[in-house]
Amino acid sequence: MPVSLENSQLIYRALKSCGIRLLSALPETWLVHLIHIAEDDPQMTLVRLAKEEEGVGLSAGAHFAGVKSAMLMQNHGFLAAINGIVSFAHLYKIPLLMLISYRGAFGERDPWQTQGGNVTEPLLRALNIPYSFLDAPTSVEKRIHQAHALAESSLQPVALLLTRDLMWVE
Amino acid sequence: MMLRLDCLRAIYSDLEKCLVVTIMGALPAELQSLGHRPNFFYLQHAMGLASSTGLGLALSLPAQKVIVLDGDGSLLMNLGSLSTLARYKPKNLLHIVFDNESLLSVGGFPTATSTGTDLEAIARAAGIPKTCTVSTVEDFTTVVRQAIQHEGLQTIVAKVEATGPKVFVTDLGLLENRFQFRRHIQSLSPKSR
Repeated sequence: MPVSLENSQLIYRALKSCGIRLLSALPETWLVHLIHIAEDDPQMTLVRLAKEEEGVGLSAGAHFAGVKSAMLMQNHGFLAAINGIVSFAHLYKIPLLMLISYRGAFGERDPWQTQGGNVTEPLLRALNIPYSFLDAPTSVEKRIHQAHALAESSLQPVALLLTRDLMWVE
Repeated sequence: MMLRLDCLRAIYSDLEKCLVVTIMGALPAELQSLGHRPNFFYLQHAMGLASSTGLGLALSLPAQKVIVLDGDGSLLMNLGSLSTLARYKPKNLLHIVFDNESLLSVGGFPTATSTGTDLEAIARAAGIPKTCTVSTVEDFTTVVRQAIQHEGLQTIVAKVEATGPKVFVTDLGLLENRFQFRRHIQSLSPKSR
C-alpha cells in the first residue's frame, strides 16, 4: 500500500511529543499506518469509533479528565462529526485536535471522494475552524505542535489537513 | 408507570461520589431541581454524545465511577455508541437510559421505542456485558446501587412516564457548568482518579 510509513511515523511522534495519550479513529486508507502504530503503543489509548462524531464526546471526556487527545478521520468523517463539533466543542469550548485526511483534492483518482474534497475547506471556514496543512515532512512536527497549542489556548477545534503530498507515495 | 424525577430522587445521594453526564432537556432540569453538584455535567445539546463523553471520562479516569444518564431519543441518534462502549467495556461506566418513548422536550413525538424497538436488547446484542430493564422505582434503585458498588459496564433501561418540567432552562450557565466540572475532577485526589 503506497501510504507513507515514514511520514505516518513522523506525525505519530509529533502527537506523542505534544503529550497526546488518547486517540480516536475511524480507519481510512491514508490513516492505516497511524492506526497500527497507535495500536502497538501501550502508552496510547486508541478508541476505534463507529462514527466520527463520537470522537467529539471522547475528546471532551478526556479533556475534562485532564488527558490530551486527538482525532484521526477522513474529511467525510469530519462532515459526519459537524453537529458534535458545533453543538458540543464550540458550545462548551472544548479543544479538539483534528487530523483530517484530505481526500478528493488534486491527484484524487477515486471518484467517490471528490465531492467531499470540494467542500472540506469551505466548511472549515464557514465553521470558523482554524486549519492548516500537513504537506511536507520538514514542517510536520512544528505544525502539529502549533495546532495543539492553539487548540489548548483557545479551547476550540483546530484542524490539520493531511495532504496527498505527505501521505501518498506514488 | 414510574416518573424519572422519582428515580433521580431515589439515587440522588448515590451520585455524590460519581461523575455524572446527562443528556439535554427535561432530565438535567429535573436533576438540577434536586440540587446541582460540581460532579454533574449536563450536555445541553449534541444529542447522542453523552455516552461517548462518559466513555472518554471512564477510559481516562479508571478509578472513578462514571454514570451516563441517557434517554431513548438521544441514544437512538447514536446507537453506534453502544458498540463502541461494548468494544472497550470500561469497568467503571454505568449507562442508564431513561426511556419515555418520546421526544418530550420537542413536543412529545413518539420515538421508535414506542413501536417496539427494545434498547436493552440492542445494548445486549451490541455486546454490553450486563443489561436490564426496570419499571419500578424500587427495582431501579436496587440495580443502580448494585451497579455503583460493583465493577463492570452495564446498561440499565428505565421505562418512565413521558412527563417533565415545564421549563428546561436553568440559571446554571453552560460554560460555568463545564469549567466547574473540570475543576472538580482536577481537585480529586490522584488515587481516586
